[in-house]
Amino acid sequence: MSERILVGAGAGYSGDRLDASIAVVGNLCASGERAAIIFETLGERTLALAQLRRKQNPRLGYEPKLKELLTPVLKECVDSGVTVLGNFGAANPIAASDVIAEVGIEVGVRPRIGIITGDDMLSPEGLEVLRACCDNLPDSKLLASANVYLGAEPIVEALNEGAQVVVTGRVADPSLTLGPVIHAFGWSFQDWPRLGRATMAGHLLECGAQVTGGYFADPGFKDVPGPERIGYPIAEIDRDGNFFIGKATGGGLVNRRTVTEQLLYELHDPAEYLTPDVIADISNAELTELPGDRVHVDGVTGRPRSQTLKVTVCYDGGWLGEGEISYYGPNALARARLAGEIVKRRSPRSLRIRCDVIGVLSVLADDSGRAWDSVSNPPGQDLRLRLAFAGPDRNLVERGLAEVEALYCAGPAAGGGIRVALRPRISAISCFVPRSAICPKVEIRESRSC
Amino acid sequence: MLKLKLHALAHARAGDKGNRLNISLIAYSSEVYPLLKDRVTEQTVAAWFAHRTPSRVKRYELPKLSALNFVIDDILDGGVTQALNLDSHGKTLSYHLLDMPIDVPADIVISKSQSGD
Repeated sequence: MSERILVGAGAGYSGDRLDASIAVVGNLCASGERAAIIFETLGERTLALAQLRRKQNPRLGYEPKLKELLTPVLKECVDSGVTVLGNFGAANPIAASDVIAEVGIEVGVRPRIGIITGDDMLSPEGLEVLRACCDNLPDSKLLASANVYLGAEPIVEALNEGAQVVVTGRVADPSLTLGPVIHAFGWSFQDWPRLGRATMAGHLLECGAQVTGGYFADPGFKDVPGPERIGYPIAEIDRDGNFFIGKATGGGLVNRRTVTEQLLYELHDPAEYLTPDVIADISNAELTELPGDRVHVDGVTGRPRSQTLKVTVCYDGGWLGEGEISYYGPNALARARLAGEIVKRRSPRSLRIRCDVIGVLSVLADDSGRAWDSVSNPPGQDLRLRLAFAGPDRNLVERGLAEVEALYCAGPAAGGGIRVALRPRISAISCFVPRSAICPKVEIRESRSC
Repeated sequence: MLKLKLHALAHARAGDKGNRLNISLIAYSSEVYPLLKDRVTEQTVAAWFAHRTPSRVKRYELPKLSALNFVIDDILDGGVTQALNLDSHGKTLSYHLLDMPIDVPADIVISKSQSGD
């Protein structure tokens, strides 16, 4: 057997395609090689929403689609020795392990589950650490979640204890990949160049299809075959951490362009990609395109990790209301803008209000609307006015939305298709805590027969 | 010299962290990279996004990838948790960068169209 491990991605965010993992697992199992599959389902605010669900019901707070994600592939993974790793534990990895065990019973396997906790800092001790490190920490009554980004170490510990499925809350996304790679090759946690390389493999995998032709198509310029059935990525990582990025059977593509876009995605200084495990450096990265949707990634290295860990603190961010109405035909833009003005004049003054005309100027403008001064493109005739309202008080935001509703009878001529939506908002800040203040916990759960 | 939009010469992807946006700009062919490096500077990008009032634009060069990475601060109205923008992540702004016209020597345009790259 060759000295390498295959790591595939089954999901790149909460809400990703639920059938994506099937082809990935099929390919991993058919390879007969050592393999793992990762599910990355935690955005910055996803965890706060999960924490709120847990508050309402202590048995919830994990990824809501967990069961649907694992049911199609869990049996094949466990039977073939493909390790499953996911941050789908969200705010409640222990409750998630119950669901994983239940799915196992339904499909006929009893995996050994490694549960990683210790990222949640809402405990009195955690909050004390945060208060000491974070100047602008909101009042604890407003806090929705506070989670530190854990690294690969607890994942490796769980794998060393024989875990076949590893469920975590907040861990750095690339650490989901790095964990099984360190475990496979027995690397030291100070082997910075290797950790840097495998971390970038994890970075390319963590958003799923974004490296295999998802989020890429620009017809006539960057065409993607079979975009409705993109094969999700599989990395082949060797003992030195060098790797190929390829993909599972299906549509999509892997080439220099897809890999370069994703390599630089959400990245700032290419010499300093910070994770809890390492500072990865891609400033000398080189890509070699191979036939069959494969790209070799070379020239990545790493340096010693930082002594602090990042914490994302989420808190009550008030309310966001959005209302829309369409105008069509002659003078549509003038009628739409007049409607926006009417709503602004009648809405509570304390609200932040934004006015867009979709089709003329919306996403390009900033909240102040100063870009309206220089609108030069001729307006179309089929326009949609969008108003957004934000404020801490739900009632006031609702009053703004009521003014959109009232455009039906009292606004400019011939407005139609009003839709309004109201939702709570989560705000987030980041701070850094000393590594020594954090203690990840690893628990192994044997699934028993019922 | 011809005026061409960056969209004809390069591709791009945007990513956000808080109120900071990064946009990668990747040349379709390595021979175009020096031109991008010359024309698409911190200053020209700051000017192109002026209506979003960036506080700082930092450019990183990745010649081996034929890519530039622009890190643009404070253009997201506070980012995904604060902004009233429909696209509070700023994901669509990669194509605003690609909408930027630059002066291109005619021979580069010809060689690009011949290579079909």
